[in-house]
Amino acid sequence: MSTPTIEPTVFSGDPYSEQNLLEPYPFLAELQESGSVSWLESQQTYAVVGYAEVYEVLTDFETYVSSGGLGPRDIRKDDAWRPPSILESDPPIHTLMRRALTGVINPGTVRGLRGEFTAPAVRIIDELAKRTGFDAITDLAEIYPIQVFPDAVGIPLEGREHLLPYGNMVFNAFGPENYIYQQAFAEGDEHARVVMNACKRESLTDDGFGAGIWAKVEEGLITEQQATLLVRALLSAGVDTTIFGIGNTLSVLARRPDAWARLRKEPSLAKFAIDEALRLESPFQKFHRTTTVDTFLGGVHIPAGSKVQLFIGAANRDPKKWGNDANEFSLERSSSGHVAFGMGLHQCVGQPIARLEMEIVLQQMLEKIHTLELDGEPTPILHNVLRGFESMPVRITTGN
Amino acid sequence: MTQLSERLDVVVAEVEHVADRVVSLVLRRFDGEQFPVWEPGAHIDVYLGDDITRQYSLCSALEDRDVLRIGVLHVQESRGGSQRVHETLVKGTPLSISAPRNNFPLIDSRKYLFIAGGIGITPIIPMIENAEANGREWRLIYGGRSRQTMAFAQQLEDKYGSEKVNLFAEDEVGRLNLQTILGMPRAHMLVYACGPGGMLSAIEDFCMGWPPGALHLERFSADTLGAGSVSEPFEVELARSGRIVKVETTETILDAVEKVGVRILSSCRAGLCGTCETRVISGTPDHRDAVLTEADKDANDVMLPCVSRSAAGCGRLVLDL
Ligand code: HEM
Repeated sequence: MSTPTIEPTVFSGDPYSEQNLLEPYPFLAELQESGSVSWLESQQTYAVVGYAEVYEVLTDFETYVSSGGLGPRDIRKDDAWRPPSILESDPPIHTLMRRALTGVINPGTVRGLRGEFTAPAVRIIDELAKRTGFDAITDLAEIYPIQVFPDAVGIPLEGREHLLPYGNMVFNAFGPENYIYQQAFAEGDEHARVVMNACKRESLTDDGFGAGIWAKVEEGLITEQQATLLVRALLSAGVDTTIFGIGNTLSVLARRPDAWARLRKEPSLAKFAIDEALRLESPFQKFHRTTTVDTFLGGVHIPAGSKVQLFIGAANRDPKKWGNDANEFSLERSSSGHVAFGMGLHQCVGQPIARLEMEIVLQQMLEKIHTLELDGEPTPILHNVLRGFESMPVRITTGN
Repeated sequence: MTQLSERLDVVVAEVEHVADRVVSLVLRRFDGEQFPVWEPGAHIDVYLGDDITRQYSLCSALEDRDVLRIGVLHVQESRGGSQRVHETLVKGTPLSISAPRNNFPLIDSRKYLFIAGGIGITPIIPMIENAEANGREWRLIYGGRSRQTMAFAQQLEDKYGSEKVNLFAEDEVGRLNLQTILGMPRAHMLVYACGPGGMLSAIEDFCMGWPPGALHLERFSADTLGAGSVSEPFEVELARSGRIVKVETTETILDAVEKVGVRILSSCRAGLCGTCETRVISGTPDHRDAVLTEADKDANDVMLPCVSRSAAGCGRLVLDL
């Protein structure tokens, strides 16, 4: 059988230039115009930007493996071998870890957290609602998850200040070793040490997700080392992403007073608003897979052993999937199928937790805040793979 | 539109003993007409008189619409359904059944792994036929206590070969080793499983390591396929608006609610992902999803309206919508 092959367009733009990191969408639109799959000269990787192609890579985990790492380098070629995390493993190792984790974090276990997760949101938002404006990032998005998530995992109070810098380090490492990476890794050893310590069985409370994971060691499903790695995976993957998820959702809604007004009338649409906002402003913008065999993607031949870089932010705005208004927020759209949480084998385990946190924050805000608008342009964060904001001043009105 | 809760009058055309305690019944329509088109995974309700209704999966050839075939296991602690089938139905017995309905549809995929335990083989047979006809890659793992108890095992092996049909008789090789079977997820492969509850729970556990949505299963207590559910239409009250929505036998709650313009966030629409989870204010659901734990299902506080319905005797569910 002969498959017609297309030569990939050689694309010379750099996704990691400061400008393209701060303002990714014009760059991604240009990349999309050069084809669903292009050759990224600056990175020496294939860039995948079409929704259908990103979906294919995510679901074909035999051809496109994770064990080569989510970053641009093949971690299997590193000198210092380290045991793979769940995110950077393939079946059958991934399978055991995933079974252990899904057994602990699933819609059933997360549902019970609603009460615990609501009280801090009420407290924070009640306070903010007394003001005429605040910073939606530093006063809210960065504050709330840190108050609920570490408790749900069950880590000690001491050392929690390392969580954010640690997450920053882990995620920036999914990009090239540029100065952003270097900065994130400054004092990296200290952050890693504290976080690793928090993951030990004796550091954890007996009723959190952490303890649940360690119980899987007793059941014989995973090793002690894997348990430590799984708890670490929660701590590294569960904080920054949710902070950005909350911030990005608010960044979209603060520009759409009509949507805010409608959501206040129909709060049951809050879930849809969050999903649509995550489609439009996906926190986890890009990560890699490695090919195991020669393959074809979007008609482009990709040799075995290649790194392919998935642009989630492009797939979630691909007009072929979402229509010509793909760049716009619409409460009418069915955004289900977006890949902000990935898809298939490695699809985000923390999804129910992230959704719960985002929903509670939005519902509390809708209840108490009549109007929300930007009070100056938000400042995007300079990050290799995450999309989010450092600061976002907003003006609000309440009934008072 | 055909009214699916409509009864069809049939006669038993053949009764065949196909394995220990298993009979296969071939049914023809009384009026000589063809049966409606049905899809792999479908079942019929068989009305056995005295208000005994039992649901049995269809296992006849899809293209032969002159007949329907079901396989019935005689269960010791039977509440009477399978006993009645085994003891009273002979060739020529008239019987009343529902038109075929499907709660276990086969979703198109590049590869399939079918796992059947005992009489759970019945819905899998048309699935295999369909996968084979469409040139899909597939394999069947079929376990049972002994060869003599495994209905249709020999025919399947003869027809498709032992490469694809892997038979595991417990008295010869021991129980199915699920770690070997499910320990290595495959890309673009769906798992369809039907069999006793214990086996399905174990499969669910192993499939937590598979991509979300890969596993599809049909759960039934030994002698009755989902006997607790009503096959009649029922009502759903949307608590936030007080609206009452009628759910026909041919549609899901999700369909019916969306039809009147109320939105529920959903994703797989097959009881697999949990996205559409909805709070139940009153009424008893018949849970048909693969997401809620047994404890959740017993508590009846939430349900998945994409697949779950109203339990027998509960004409109205009040949902937080
Ligand atoms: C809005 C917030 C979040 C977003 C956008 C997000 C995004 C993602 C994405 C895109 C993946 C797939 C990566 C891949 O395919 O290689 C993923 C995986 C993962 N996420 Fe999240 N995530 C979020 C919140 C969370 C939270 C709160 C937790 C922890 C409770 C978490 C834990 C994980 C883990 C452990 C994996 C790896 C799963 C595996 O490899 O099987 N995430 N996440």
